[in-house]
Amino acid sequence: MRLTLGPLQYFWPRERVLAFYREAENWPLDVVYLGETVCSKRRELATRDWIALAHELAAGGREVVLSSLALLEAESELASLRRLVENGRCRVEANDMAAVQMLRERGLQFVGGPSLNVYNHESLRLLCEDGLVRLVLGVEQGRALVEEFRASGLPLPELEIAVWGRLPLSYSARCFTARALDLTKDECGFRCIDYADGLPLATRDGQPFLTINGIQVQTAGLCDLGPELEDLRTAGVGLARIYPQAEGTAEVVRRFRAAIDTRVAPPRLGTENGYWHGTAGMALVEPA
Amino acid sequence: MHLVCPAGNLPALVTAVAHGADAVYVGFRDETNARAFPGLNFNEADLRAGIAHAHAHGRQVYVALNTYPGPARIRDWEAAVDRAAMLGVDAIICADMGVLDCAARRHPHLPRHLSVQGSATTHAALRYYRERFGIARAVLPRVLSLQQVERLCEQDVVPLEVFAFGSLCIMVEGRCQLSSYVTGASPNRHGVCSPAKFVKWEEGPGGQRSVRLNDRLIDRFEPEEPAGYPTVCKGRYDVSGEVFHALEEPTSLNTLDLLPRLAAAGVAALKIEGRQRGQAYVAAVTRTWRAAIDRLATRPNDWQVDAQWQRDLARHAEGHQTTLGPYHRSWH
Repeated sequence: MRLTLGPLQYFWPRERVLAFYREAENWPLDVVYLGETVCSKRRELATRDWIALAHELAAGGREVVLSSLALLEAESELASLRRLVENGRCRVEANDMAAVQMLRERGLQFVGGPSLNVYNHESLRLLCEDGLVRLVLGVEQGRALVEEFRASGLPLPELEIAVWGRLPLSYSARCFTARALDLTKDECGFRCIDYADGLPLATRDGQPFLTINGIQVQTAGLCDLGPELEDLRTAGVGLARIYPQAEGTAEVVRRFRAAIDTRVAPPRLGTENGYWHGTAGMALVEPA
Repeated sequence: MHLVCPAGNLPALVTAVAHGADAVYVGFRDETNARAFPGLNFNEADLRAGIAHAHAHGRQVYVALNTYPGPARIRDWEAAVDRAAMLGVDAIICADMGVLDCAARRHPHLPRHLSVQGSATTHAALRYYRERFGIARAVLPRVLSLQQVERLCEQDVVPLEVFAFGSLCIMVEGRCQLSSYVTGASPNRHGVCSPAKFVKWEEGPGGQRSVRLNDRLIDRFEPEEPAGYPTVCKGRYDVSGEVFHALEEPTSLNTLDLLPRLAAAGVAALKIEGRQRGQAYVAAVTRTWRAAIDRLATRPNDWQVDAQWQRDLARHAEGHQTTLGPYHRSWH
């Protein structure tokens, strides 16, 4: 099983992003995904900077994938997407059907990201015809879909699933960070840069519930499929994805690397694994 | 510009036709559509009668097959496509690529509309669905501003349908897992959002009511305060010590003010949300929009919103409030 670093979902200052990826070069990872997947207004790194960084990391011999925006609205966003698609070196993770269309028009192989809607083997088959060579399972998917893929008898692409981090649950035209700060989206002041792990949202009785991250809403709890790694491997998942956090990502990577190499399940540190087991995402299912 | 109205049962379909819908959209009584609520939707006999009634009045019937079949279930959706074709519906509304592909191969002459659940927001995504599955129309997610809708119309990839009125999903449709995160049941897979069986109301000592969804507190209401249905996105939460509707207030989309611009842009059809709503809603909303569209057609130069129209629509709006929603930049 290979270990991957998913795209950074938060908005960090440029220097912090560059330092993070410089450090990540020394981590025991197999694949690194880079790029802005949430909000096109975030330009501490412009599209060309992400591409330059991706090419630089790829020159070190590691597989690097450029991740595309999940929600596209403006023409300028399509132009950025075109630059990603035509970067000439790294594969693209398509997080929207616009990206799939651009990649297929150019005959390029691609990774299907978690915000594409793949709920059955027929959709997977069609995307494979379009050039999909790896699928990152959608957030609400779990073991049942992987089993259906295998039962279909179709030649399968590589399968990847998020094993650690706050999962992206939804996207909107509205910026919830700006709303919480009583700002309009057009004059947001890029304030999400102040929340390196997103802005916590709790229920009125004080339970942590969700995380606001610009136009994206995430879980508050951390998904953790560490103890399920053997289960993932048996089911046919070949890549395990870790989402970056403000602190401690290096340690998470090392822990998962050790678990994969030794095949000894790590203790559970996160709080959620429901989607893999086919139930509510916020649930924690302890395997019998 | 076609007026496309919802019907959760045969009487609602008859009502929509009577009040001027050009097309009525419905669903089968199972999880193949995004309003899979108990007691709602059409069995085969009702749908047959509904189609006959609509066709006798020169109107159309669309069937929504717009959920995503999960593992081992695609054959059920394919059977539903066959059933819709056999009954003679005028179009099917689908989101899943597997379902669209099956429909295009087995019933090439049955028009296919891309559902809002398909999340297509750009000309590139629309081109994908047109080239791959020959869609005849696409319903746009409620995330685009009016200028962006106008731009997409200009690009003329496929005829476009937009939401005109009804409950407002603030997340990109087809990309929202808030319900499945809390309950395990999702609009995409099960055709439901925050299903009623997970909802629990509790009354406190002072008459205060709390509402939980699968044990998670979504909101609390004072005795006199109107209480809405606890979808996750419309609850009140604590962010940085302040309690408010952190995602969205309970409010309905109402684009009546924008009608002339939507018409001028070349929008093919206007969609009214609400297959779960009763006949009174269908009657009032259909009648109002019919009147507005007809007046625009006959008196384009001095068209203006009638105050009575707005009053009628507000009465049927969620929380009795309406918004221009994402069409208007200040909402974002």
